[in-house]
Amino acid sequence: MRVFLILFSALLINNYVFIRFLGICPFLGVSKKLDTAVGMGFAATFVLVMSSVITWFVNLLLVAAGLEFLRTVSFILVIATFVQFVEFVIKKNSPALYEALGIYLPLITTNCIILGVAILNAQAKYSLLEAIFHALGAGLGFLLALVIFAGIRERLELYELPKSFEGLPIALILASIISMAFMGFQGLIKL
Amino acid sequence: MSRMKEFTKGFFKENATYVQVLGMCPTLAVTTSAINGFGMGLAATAVLTLSNIVISSIRKGVPAKIRIPIFITVIATFVTIVDLLMHAFTYSLWKALGIFIPLIVVNCIIMGRAEAYASKNDVLNSMLDGLGVGLGFTASLVLLGSIREILGNGTIFGVRLWSGFNVFAMILPPGAYMTLGLLAALFTAIGLKRKRGEQK
Repeated sequence: MRVFLILFSALLINNYVFIRFLGICPFLGVSKKLDTAVGMGFAATFVLVMSSVITWFVNLLLVAAGLEFLRTVSFILVIATFVQFVEFVIKKNSPALYEALGIYLPLITTNCIILGVAILNAQAKYSLLEAIFHALGAGLGFLLALVIFAGIRERLELYELPKSFEGLPIALILASIISMAFMGFQGLIKL
Repeated sequence: MSRMKEFTKGFFKENATYVQVLGMCPTLAVTTSAINGFGMGLAATAVLTLSNIVISSIRKGVPAKIRIPIFITVIATFVTIVDLLMHAFTYSLWKALGIFIPLIVVNCIIMGRAEAYASKNDVLNSMLDGLGVGLGFTASLVLLGSIREILGNGTIFGVRLWSGFNVFAMILPPGAYMTLGLLAALFTAIGLKRKRGEQK
């Protein structure tokens, strides 16, 4: 039961994009079109879950050796290596999937959700299953945020705006309004 | 003169936040008060300057193919040092910034400067570039943090300006997006006006 609380908490209540402010760069960067937003969201969810599993074991090693202060360095290296590795494997084995996800993979290394979730997992001392559900919630929350945002931005293209609000400013104000809607989930579940 | 230019370009012409739109996550997340923005800015400046110095001094020995992992390792080392120092000496600030201190590693400003500047220029210029871009980032964070703190809490750097009139939403996440959106619109408007002035 607790794993589902963690899942929904990461998905809605503490949505990583709108409430916790992680992963804003890809959120603003690839949310201009709906289909790229969906591709990016799924690629990020996949990498998030896999890297959470790997960093969970890395953290186990670090704690056993008493080297917790090396967490940041080792996590980022493991994640960067893993993303490269996934790119090679997908390219080799399934070109169709590579077509769909490939271009987003290099971008994901610099997505701070990945490192953020790995560090939060370690800080909260989640078990492996809890860490997986936490990562899944974070990834789906990122996907949800991207899809909502891209849907609105596609329609926004059709309207005439004051010159100085075009592009980034109106996107940020839009994000502010959606963020207000997400504030409504606050207090829904108490962990 | 050109040295001075390396230093000052980070404030306006290549301002990381409003012009290049880099490093958005800490910009939005930690600017609930002016002092938090200031602390985050200085931490990032320290990491940026030190990693620029190191990367620029090892630039000739680094093979081009594996430069990114090497840069990341250098940056992550300095982030760890800053993290531990802040934990020891500025505990309340360390607590307020929380996860965003280790996340300086993935701040695109730092990787961006390493890749675009420090790996191609000499040590002194790279240091000035790091200081300039870092302090420009700090200035944007303090600006955003001050506006949110004044409107949301009636204080600036903890000094009370008035009481009884607080827009609490400014401290909450929606306020961060709203303030940054309006500031970005303001900067765009100023940029457009300047361009029009030049054409005349």
